[in-house]
Amino acid sequence: MTTLVNDRHAPGWNRPPIIESDGEGELLEVAMGPHHPSTHGVFRMDVALDGERVVRLKPVFGYLHRNHEKIGEGVSYLASMPYTDRLDYFCSLTNNWAYALAVEKLVGIQVPERAEYIRVILAELTRIQNHASAIGFLIQEMGASGTPLMYAFKEREKIMDLFESLTGSRMMCNYMRFGGCRVDISEVQLNMARSIVAGLPNFIDEFEALLSSNEILLARCQGVGIIKPELAVNAGLSGPMLRCSGVNYDLRKVDSYGIYGRFKFRVPLGDHGDIYDRYMIRVLEMRESIRILEQALHDIPAGPVADPKVKSRGIRPKPGEVYGRIEAPKGELGFYLISDGSPNPYRYRVRPPSLINLTILEDMCLGQNVADVVLIFGSVDIVLGEVDR
Amino acid sequence: MLGEGILKGMAETARNFFGSYVSKERLTTVQYPEEREPVAENARVFPFLVYDEGMKDGERPEWEAGLRCTSCQICEKECPPKCIFIEKSKDKKPDAFGKAQYYPVRFDIDISVCMSCQICVEVCPFDSIKMDTQFELATDDRFGNLMIDVQELAKSDSYYHSIHPTEASAIDQHRAETKVMLAAKTKAAAESAAAKAAAAPKPPEQQAGQGA
Repeated sequence: MTTLVNDRHAPGWNRPPIIESDGEGELLEVAMGPHHPSTHGVFRMDVALDGERVVRLKPVFGYLHRNHEKIGEGVSYLASMPYTDRLDYFCSLTNNWAYALAVEKLVGIQVPERAEYIRVILAELTRIQNHASAIGFLIQEMGASGTPLMYAFKEREKIMDLFESLTGSRMMCNYMRFGGCRVDISEVQLNMARSIVAGLPNFIDEFEALLSSNEILLARCQGVGIIKPELAVNAGLSGPMLRCSGVNYDLRKVDSYGIYGRFKFRVPLGDHGDIYDRYMIRVLEMRESIRILEQALHDIPAGPVADPKVKSRGIRPKPGEVYGRIEAPKGELGFYLISDGSPNPYRYRVRPPSLINLTILEDMCLGQNVADVVLIFGSVDIVLGEVDR
Repeated sequence: MLGEGILKGMAETARNFFGSYVSKERLTTVQYPEEREPVAENARVFPFLVYDEGMKDGERPEWEAGLRCTSCQICEKECPPKCIFIEKSKDKKPDAFGKAQYYPVRFDIDISVCMSCQICVEVCPFDSIKMDTQFELATDDRFGNLMIDVQELAKSDSYYHSIHPTEASAIDQHRAETKVMLAAKTKAAAESAAAKAAAAPKPPEQQAGQGA
């Protein structure tokens, strides 16, 4: 057996840990990243290996820190909106929504009916494209370089085209405003959304035919990277990572923020908490998103998308604090704002799902093969822009 | 049977592979520099300043005489990454409504800092700053060409119409209404002033008459 001396109180504790071996085998320290093709950005995992098995794993992040929260305290409430696009750059519209929801709660603004529907439509489209590409990246890390990812991107491209024609930008949408949306969605764009949604079941069937029963995928994913429900709850996980272990907690059901109370949809739950469950939950969530989209696109009423009386510029909320949260594709995305009555927030805090889902990486990886570390990391579905902020 | 899932997946890829030879819709790529896809109408890349054509003001060039910007500096304050730098003029020039307004003697936007968020467009009360759709903005000069000055930023109203037709005609309508309203207002103000002027000298005369 090998033992690891990593005692903080021992002399010279700030040096790289001293690894002692009794001669049976030696630990190998590998720094995976910060520039590693599977790390989705700049992220380092200091892995200690005993042969192929992971003995210790230390995630190191902060390479992409951009001072997001401090910038948010220095600029007006409106000016933080485009910065939220840059948190999780795959799902800028849900980030916009979470921030708009927090400020609306703080100021006490009502959102018009049509704007609520547009928000739901855009958020569910975002969820679909995020999950599709997350699965694509996961499979790519398994070694299927390209094919599933390109299938996912083919569908994502259609959604991106809709986002571009509506918001003016493919990824940095900057679309939601306090008390509504920036521009109205036209009938042409709604029909575009309808035709995308009509093609989605086909796409998911194709995706599943390609992957779900693939023997290699089953062999690599089942029983690997297991999360126990107790650990998931204690670590504060959210989103597909929490639900894969069987905990029924979806903010769309729990909080019914916006108008989610009106739609019929189910929350898929996992049973084993392994990578395959996380893959399957994402597939099933896409199918449920289609159901929500069909209902929303059918029911969307006419009317204004923003209250003309609400000024987004120069708002000065009364002193107070608020926490606004939504079910972003990756988990619970929350914004915690404290106002002191000035045009800038006194405190601006982001609760990023990616970072908190990443905290149990070591628990999932211990005892697994080093090749599975890449896969487990991919199944967490993170974006480093949100982890480091 | 072992390998069934793999065969199923292979059949799926094969279907897509041969399908791409049959259906033309599947060929989504274009030969970029020669062929171009049309840009979305409300695409946003980098701001520019709109000037009205055909305005004259002494020696000023057309773009400066017609510039809608009154250098109110709201965009400078609201810009999230603070990439706009404005210097207000000392004198005034008439705007499209005939009102004397300040104008920017310096209006620089740092293209390396701008994040294309369109906040400046939303907050502008004079419909002066708008988003361009021109996206090929690379430059080989790190120091000179990244700060875009007012002359480079100024683009004509007809150019604005050519890139955002729907939005531009809505704004034109709004501006025409404002012009009519302003004209009515100044007319009413002039009339009331004239009436006042006509009414004002009367009482002293009457008083004088009464006094006499």
